[in-house]
Order: sequence, then C-alpha cells, then structure tokens
Amino acid sequence: MKLKEKLITSFFEFENKATLDLESNVHQIRSQAFADFETQGFPSKKEENWKYTSLKSVLNHDFTVFPTSENTVELKDVKKYFIHEIDSFKIVFIDGVFSSFLSDTTHDGMDVCLMSSALNKPKYKILIDHYFNTITNKKGNFTALNTAFSKQGAFIHIPKNTIASKPIQLLYFSTKNEDELLLQPRNLVVVDENSHVQIIERHQSLSHQPILTNAVTEIFANKRAIIDYYKVQNDTENASLIDQTYIQQKDNSIVNMNTFSFGGKLIRNQLEFHQIGERIESNLNGITVIDKKQQVDNYTIVNHNKPNCESNELYKGIYADSATGVFNGKVIVDKIAQKTNAFQQNNNILLGDKATVNSKPQLEIFADDVKCSHGCTIGQLDEDALFYMQQRGISKKEAQGLLLYAFGNDVIEKIKIPELKTRITKFIADKLNVEIGF
Amino acid sequence: MLKITNLHAKIENNTILKGINLDIKAGEVHAIMGPNGSGKSTLASVISGNETYEVTNGDILLNGESLLELSPDVRAHKGIFLSFQYPIEIPGVTTTNFIKTAINAKRKYEGNDDLPAKDMLKMIREKSALLEMDRKFLSRSLNQGFSGGEKKRNEIFQMAMLEPKLAILDETDSGLDIDALKIVANGVNKLKTKDNAVLVITHYQRLLDYIVPDFVHVLNDGKIIKSGGKELALELEEKGYDWLK
Repeated sequence: MKLKEKLITSFFEFENKATLDLESNVHQIRSQAFADFETQGFPSKKEENWKYTSLKSVLNHDFTVFPTSENTVELKDVKKYFIHEIDSFKIVFIDGVFSSFLSDTTHDGMDVCLMSSALNKPKYKILIDHYFNTITNKKGNFTALNTAFSKQGAFIHIPKNTIASKPIQLLYFSTKNEDELLLQPRNLVVVDENSHVQIIERHQSLSHQPILTNAVTEIFANKRAIIDYYKVQNDTENASLIDQTYIQQKDNSIVNMNTFSFGGKLIRNQLEFHQIGERIESNLNGITVIDKKQQVDNYTIVNHNKPNCESNELYKGIYADSATGVFNGKVIVDKIAQKTNAFQQNNNILLGDKATVNSKPQLEIFADDVKCSHGCTIGQLDEDALFYMQQRGISKKEAQGLLLYAFGNDVIEKIKIPELKTRITKFIADKLNVEIGF
Repeated sequence: MLKITNLHAKIENNTILKGINLDIKAGEVHAIMGPNGSGKSTLASVISGNETYEVTNGDILLNGESLLELSPDVRAHKGIFLSFQYPIEIPGVTTTNFIKTAINAKRKYEGNDDLPAKDMLKMIREKSALLEMDRKFLSRSLNQGFSGGEKKRNEIFQMAMLEPKLAILDETDSGLDIDALKIVANGVNKLKTKDNAVLVITHYQRLLDYIVPDFVHVLNDGKIIKSGGKELALELEEKGYDWLK
C-alpha cells in the first residue's frame, strides 16, 4: 500500500528530527510501535474488530504527514466550534501544530498543557514513564501508528484532591486546502485521587480536502477520581476520524464517557475500559445521528477485572439516507470479578431505506455471581406516534424531530454542562432539519 | 359544520367505509355506535386525515371546505380534534411542552405570534382544573407511565386547550373507571358551546349517559344503517346490534 510506504519514510524523517525526549524511553516506545505497525499494516474487514467497516475509501489518499507551512486562523472563524459560552481551559491545534494564540493552558495547581513539552521536560519524566503508552492495545494497528508518531497532543494532570476549576476543551482544527492531511494527536489524561475534571474533545476540518485523524487518548482515573469526558463529532463530509481511547480506573472512580457523532465521512470510536480496582463505575453513552453515506462505528470493550464494579452502556443511533452504523459492545468479566453489574443497551432507528446498522453485543462472563444484560433494537419511526402528533397540529417534519429527540433524550440528559447540552440538542435539531424548541 | 357524503375508504385492498353520509351541525352531539370491525375507528381516522387509509370516493367538508387534500396537522388547525383510543407516550417531552408546541403551531398557522408564557400558564392552570388533573402530570413526559384513565383525561385536557370546532372522541370510555368517566364527560360537557360539535364513537351506551347525544347512528359494515335520537342507544344496549343487520 502506498500510504504505508510513505509512512515508513516519514517515520525515519520524524525520528531524525526528534532531538528531544532523549532522557526518557519514548524513543524506544516509538520504534517498537512502528515495528508493530510495519508488521501489522492497516486493518482489513477480515479482522473481526473491523468486520463491518471498510477503510478503503479512507486510506486511498496521498496523505501529508508533516504539513509544509503553518496556517493561522482567526478566532472569529472558529469561535463557533468552541463551547464559547463557558469559561474553560483550551488546548488548540491547527494542522497538528499547537496554537498558543487560541489556547488557554495552565500550570497553576494542575497541568493543562502540551504532550510535546511533557515528553521532553525532566519534571514530567516520572509521570510519562509511569503512564505513557501503558494501557494501549499493542495489537491495535492504528494505535501503534499513532504511538510511533506520538508528539503533539494534550497533556492533562490533575493532582490529588483537586477539582478542576473549569472544563477543558481540546480542539484540533485542520485547515489545509492544498494538502490531504493525516493528523495523529496523542493525549494523556491523569486524574489523581479525589480529583475531578470535565473534558470536551472535538476534531474539526475547515477545508474541503480529505482529512484523516488517527487519535489516541490514554486516561487514568485514580482512586475516587471522577472524569466527565465528552467527544463532540460534527465534522465535514471529507473528514474521517479513527479515535482510540483507553481508560484505566482504580478503586471507587467514576468515568463518564459520552460520544456524540453527527458528522464526518467515517468515524470509528474505540473505547477500551480497564477496571483494576473495586467499586468502580464506568458509564459509556453515545448518540449517533448521521445521513448521506456517513459511517459511524462504535467499538467498546469493558474489562471487569475486579469484584463489585459496574458498567453501563447506552448507545442510540439514528441513520438516514444510506448511512451506516456499527455498535460492537464487548464486556469481559474475569472469574474473580464477582458482583459485577454490566448493562448494555443499543437502540437504533433507520430513517432511510438504504441505511444499515450492525449491532453486536459480546459478553464473555467467567464469574458466576454477576448481573449482566444487553438489549438491542432496530426500528423505524412509529407511524401511530407521528399521526398522533400531527393530529395535534404539529407538522410531520416537526413531529419526526420531536420523536427522534425523545428517542435520544435519555442520553442527552446525561450531559452535565448545560451549555454543551444546548449545543448537542441544536446539533441534533440541525441534523434532522427541525426546530426543536425544547 | 361537518358534512360527509358517500365516503368510501380502504386500507390496502380492504374497503372499510362503504358510503357514509353524515351531517353534523354546530351545537350538536352525535354518537356513532356499532359492533367491532364496523368501521367506527376508521371513520375517526379518515376524518382526521390518517394517511394509512385511502379515500376512494365521496367527500368530507368542514364548513363547506373539503378536507381530503389537507394533511392531518392542517385539519387540526382548521378545528378537527381526535381523542385517541390509545394515546401514545413520548418520553422526554413533557405534557406542558407538547401542548405548548401544538398551540403555537396553530397560532403560527393562523398568522399569530406565540402565546405569551404567562397566558399559556394561566390557560393550562384553568383547563387542567376543569379535568381535575394532578398538576404534576403536566411536568411529566407525555403519557409516559400514565394509567389508561390518566391518558384519556390528558386527551380531553388537550382538547380543552386547543378548543376545536369538531371533537371526535374515539372510545374515550374504554379503560375508564366510573369516577374518571364522570370527570371526563363533565369536562366535555363544559367545553360544549353552540359553536362547536362533538362526535362520540363508542361501542357501549355507558358514556352516553353522561355525554347525551342529540343523534345516534349505527354503523355496520362500513355503512350507517340506522339513525335516531338518544333513545336508539338505549335500545341497542338492550337488544344488541343483531336485530339491525
């Protein structure tokens, strides 16, 4: 494959340029990861994990790995992509390059800064050695590729007993109209004991060119930590996102991972949870509303390794036109993980005759005293309900919107930032082309 | 007000209504009775514009204007209201918000601005009191977890809010205990004026003790086979439908 050859050349160029990070073992990690990628290559539909999603049209481009010139953007042009109604920390990248102008970072009581500086500053060495690339899936082809080129991204460290004073927004813009870009952001989030943080992540293309973003985020929730994470995906028709998020949780921690997918050519959301303590709560929520030929593939794995933990998955999908959706929910309960509660629900509505969805629950339970359930529905809008609302004077289009909004409502209700909730509701209304005044 | 002439309607290839003629004037209460499968609910659906049914012949006129080409929401704006036999549940949309949306849709159709929130609340308060509704139902998701009786009461509440010209009550008595039935009937009677009309569709005579009709029609196999005054309902209760066939 052409792209693979190009990446091999680029990797040597990248490593030669990387004069930093010499003290840490990051070089070695990158080289190993690249060797892994070279062996594995890109995944194909023959692999079980990629059974329902073809990457052909996404990978068939002459991607540029290193943009040749730096672009700047004006705040007014990108303001709408922020949740700008709230005060927040911001880490913003333009074509993979940090934009200090648009960002608002901090080292005051916590670190909200750059991965590149965490990788080469001695004071972060302990954290990097302890956490970096420790919970990624070594068999993940795209993750290996990201690790090989890992440099730019967000580094967030919330120390013990700290409640982050405001949410953190991570934004990755691509602007190149002359190049087809491959972006590979790498994020690391460490939340120490008794601490709490809210993070919003968004990837947004401002150009018409094909873009592929291969993002990897590692998240560590230490004891009694609470993390609310929101992935907001409402990108252009030419932008694809392969997003891999690895989460490790210790005793009594709570991680709420919310994924909102409304746009992009192809989106793959891979979430892997590792529970390594007791009384942990992992909540995975998602809403997908897509149309045309868009594809969204939600691939989740929850590893219950210890007793008395909980996981809840709630994924809703609305597919119009020829859109395709995948939900793959894997739950693994170790033989010592007694008293596990694992619930999974995936509901889908197909609006288009050519829309498809593949829903695949996978429960692997090795303990005997557990409560696990899964449910999946695929349906169409209820004609009786539509008629009912029309009879009350609500137009068919509005009635459809209202019903679909109602369908996704229990996921929307889980958003804890009101301004974000309003925004997500608006995205859904726009996507469905209705005015929902609720 | 409502004039139905020679109405034929089918679903798929199954003709259900086979020539209905009905004339309802302002201020009147009509009842349509008939055995199961006679076409009662189909008639209600066809008048209100359910697209599942195809009208193959005849016409439905509301104040001289044909409704046949109009969508259900436009018919609603023009004053048709159907109280459903099985009201639907909409999670995540409160009864208050739902009725607000409905009222403002009608106002928009009539070229008016949204009803100010203050007026809306006042109206909701008055009309819910009329139906002796527990106000906490109004802030709950529409019909979700409501009992059969609560759902029917909510239907009449919406009717009270929308002030239709013609209200069609489709089996409103089913699933109601006697107390709820009295409240619902009382609500309907209080909303009755000389300018509007009610069409009660029912299998049993029971509801007609409380909502007293001016005319009773018997529907059988898609046709009205007998019309009469309120005494006809009593006769039907006593003799059943077979003597008419």
